[in-house]
Amino acid sequence: MSNKILEIRDVKREFIMGTETVRALKGVSFDVNAGEFVTIMGSSGSGKTTLLNMLGCLDKPTEGTYLLDNVNVKELSKDELAKLRNTKIGFVFQAYNLLPRTTALENVELPLMYNPLISSQERKDRAIAALQAVKLDGRFDHTPNQLSGGQQQRVAIARALVNEPVMILADEATGNLDTRTSYEIMSLMQDLNSNGKTIVFVTHEPDIAAFSTRTVMLRDGKVQKDTENINRRWAKEALASLPESDDY
Amino acid sequence: MKIINLILLAMKALQRNKLRALLTMLGIIIGVASVITMMSIGEGSKQSINNSLSSMGSNMITIMPQSNEPGGARIMGSSFKTLTIKDVDALKKNAAHIASISPLASSSGQSISGANNWPTTIQGVSPEYLDIRKLSVQDGIIFSEQDVKSSAKVCLLGKTVVDNLFPGGESPLGKVIRFGKIPLQVIGVLTPKGTSNFGQDQDDIIIAPYTTVQKRVLSSIYFNQIYASATKEDDSDAAVDEANTALRETHKLREGEENDFQIRTQAELMTMLNSTSSMMTALLTAVASISLVIGGIGIMNIMYVSVTERTREIGLRMSIGARGVDILLQFLIEAVMISVTGGVIGVILGISAAIIIPAMLNWPTVISEFSIIISFLVCAITGIFFGYYPALKASGLDPIEALRYE
Repeated sequence: MSNKILEIRDVKREFIMGTETVRALKGVSFDVNAGEFVTIMGSSGSGKTTLLNMLGCLDKPTEGTYLLDNVNVKELSKDELAKLRNTKIGFVFQAYNLLPRTTALENVELPLMYNPLISSQERKDRAIAALQAVKLDGRFDHTPNQLSGGQQQRVAIARALVNEPVMILADEATGNLDTRTSYEIMSLMQDLNSNGKTIVFVTHEPDIAAFSTRTVMLRDGKVQKDTENINRRWAKEALASLPESDDY
Repeated sequence: MKIINLILLAMKALQRNKLRALLTMLGIIIGVASVITMMSIGEGSKQSINNSLSSMGSNMITIMPQSNEPGGARIMGSSFKTLTIKDVDALKKNAAHIASISPLASSSGQSISGANNWPTTIQGVSPEYLDIRKLSVQDGIIFSEQDVKSSAKVCLLGKTVVDNLFPGGESPLGKVIRFGKIPLQVIGVLTPKGTSNFGQDQDDIIIAPYTTVQKRVLSSIYFNQIYASATKEDDSDAAVDEANTALRETHKLREGEENDFQIRTQAELMTMLNSTSSMMTALLTAVASISLVIGGIGIMNIMYVSVTERTREIGLRMSIGARGVDILLQFLIEAVMISVTGGVIGVILGISAAIIIPAMLNWPTVISEFSIIISFLVCAITGIFFGYYPALKASGLDPIEALRYE
């Protein structure tokens, strides 16, 4: 048994648009080990989003293999993919994607609703624990429009954590947030990572990528660079160095 | 997702859009309520027809004269002169399934008592008439066979006639009234029967021996009708056959020749009247069910809107592990819940209407469980049918596109 969470071998993805074939991924290979904090970077059109959909089991490769926790995704049916997403992946989106007019607690409970093995009491307990892990005690009954952007993203992270996934998959999770809040979220991510969570973070901001342990650079549907971050920054320190008078 | 959670989810979704849910339900509510109301009015009128017919005697057979001449101007059956006392005797002798028989010779005219007068109908009958028509004597006695033989100048009065000729409230028994020029002694008063289903006052009659009416009033040997009662309700058909044979014989009709009389049973009349009211009910129910269908289309419409509105929600649910069937059920249950809630409200409204209508409009209504079960089933099916396509659309969404839907 390896401790590889993701194993991507020569993955290709082609889309047929009318008569033309668009090759979004042209053979991508890399692994992610348990406990890593990997950023996937790339400019728009580099195949970043396609790769993300693939990693999130929302899409299947045209060619190549993708093993998630030793399961070959390509061989699974739609319903099996749904189950895989439910148990192994925690999504964090740029636009938070919380259900409107639904309390934070209910939003966090949502993934567990689709797991019939979990009782309603266990569901609630785990949702409360997840919200406490993202430091949102006392906000359980708040609906998304009663929460700030940063708080909403933390609810979304709690939702991603609640099913105890093997990997958290974040898509531009800080894209809608200001610098200070972004750093707060990254600090939370780093905390989760130090506690052993594997995180794959898609972004186009080099600034954010510096907080991770490794960066995979995509360009034109291929891996251009795959480097360990030597000068890893700590979000807590970055936060402390921000001028205090930011919010007035 | 567990069904109970899906139901809770649907309830929550409807609660969030209360007004919209209510407006969507409106079509179903109106449809179900009107189907139940229409069916209960139909059922009510059917039952009141049946009641009044059986109060007239369910084993009653009526024989009326009829023209057997083809062509020419058709005139009212009772103005043909084909039925005589010979027919009555023949029926008495040959028709084994006829229990009692009475001819009827009637005439309209003015009844007079002292200073009071009243236009009414005199019915010349035999004493059996009361049994056949389920009439009874409230005060006094019925005339005897002897009175019939002697064309006695005696009569029984209906309540309406009593009220008009004796407005002071004194007993008419023993008094002599006149019908036209003929003096008649009142020997009895009939028990009131009230208005018939066809709006006829059944108490506006004078009853006298048929001989008296034939000889003294009409100066005719013919009858307008012959009433008979079959031994049992089930024997009606046998009695009709016997009467048919007996009358053809007395009327000397050859084979192939048309009858110059007409025999009707109460059962036939009942079927005829019921078929009319059934048709009306069916028609009204059909109109009402159209609104059920329109209600269903309303549900379909709003579910499509709802699916489009919640595309991102669907995408999110899929990305965190909802299977297609989970999404399908979520929207299907929501649609069914709209239609079933509408159905419940409709049933309540329909039943209330069926209770209020008799009080306000004096129409009889009978609430049938059948109509409630049927309309309830129909609206559940409507919900499934019209909710299925939007739900299918939702479940077929691509999570990638749904998540990025603006």
